[in-house]
Amino acid sequence: MTDDARSRIDSTVKGNDVVLFMKGTPLFPQCGFSSRAVAILEHLGVEYASVDVLQDQAVRQGIKEYSDWPTIPQLYVKGEFIGGSDIMMEMYENGELSQLLQDQGVTTAQ
Amino acid sequence: MPMAAEEIETMIRAAIPDAEVEITDLAGDGDHYAARVVAESFRGLPRVRQHQRVYEALGGRMGGVLHALQLTTACPQ
Repeated sequence: MTDDARSRIDSTVKGNDVVLFMKGTPLFPQCGFSSRAVAILEHLGVEYASVDVLQDQAVRQGIKEYSDWPTIPQLYVKGEFIGGSDIMMEMYENGELSQLLQDQGVTTAQ
Repeated sequence: MPMAAEEIETMIRAAIPDAEVEITDLAGDGDHYAARVVAESFRGLPRVRQHQRVYEALGGRMGGVLHALQLTTACPQ
């Protein structure tokens, strides 16, 4: 990964409480997994930043190295990698995700 | 080229010998799978690490030839 991509990813991840790296945008997700991740965050009513990796090849590749995670979407809360859409779904269903957001002081609608 | 379910299962078992692996072909097209991997050696590992071990077992295919693998990991009850 280029230093430029790493520093851009790093500042996005650290500069936002909740960030979703995804394919497409929250309004127009370009992949079922990204769509599912967006739906979870919308259900929780949490404010989040999103990055469309399809618009940036360096970030699309770089984010996989950054987290040592081979797929997109990827969720970060307070600078920490939380998981992809399967982990998000599991944590959403058992209440862990809203608990985590609450513990981290992130405001949700629930 | 999509991967066969048996191939996925074999690779996971080779890397995680104590794993019980259950593969479901979600769409019947040999391209969209769900995998449930239960292993004692997952105990104590955060969920992200458990998934990373499965992805490592698939040796870089995840996100490449293997686009759609819904993954669930757990420890034996």
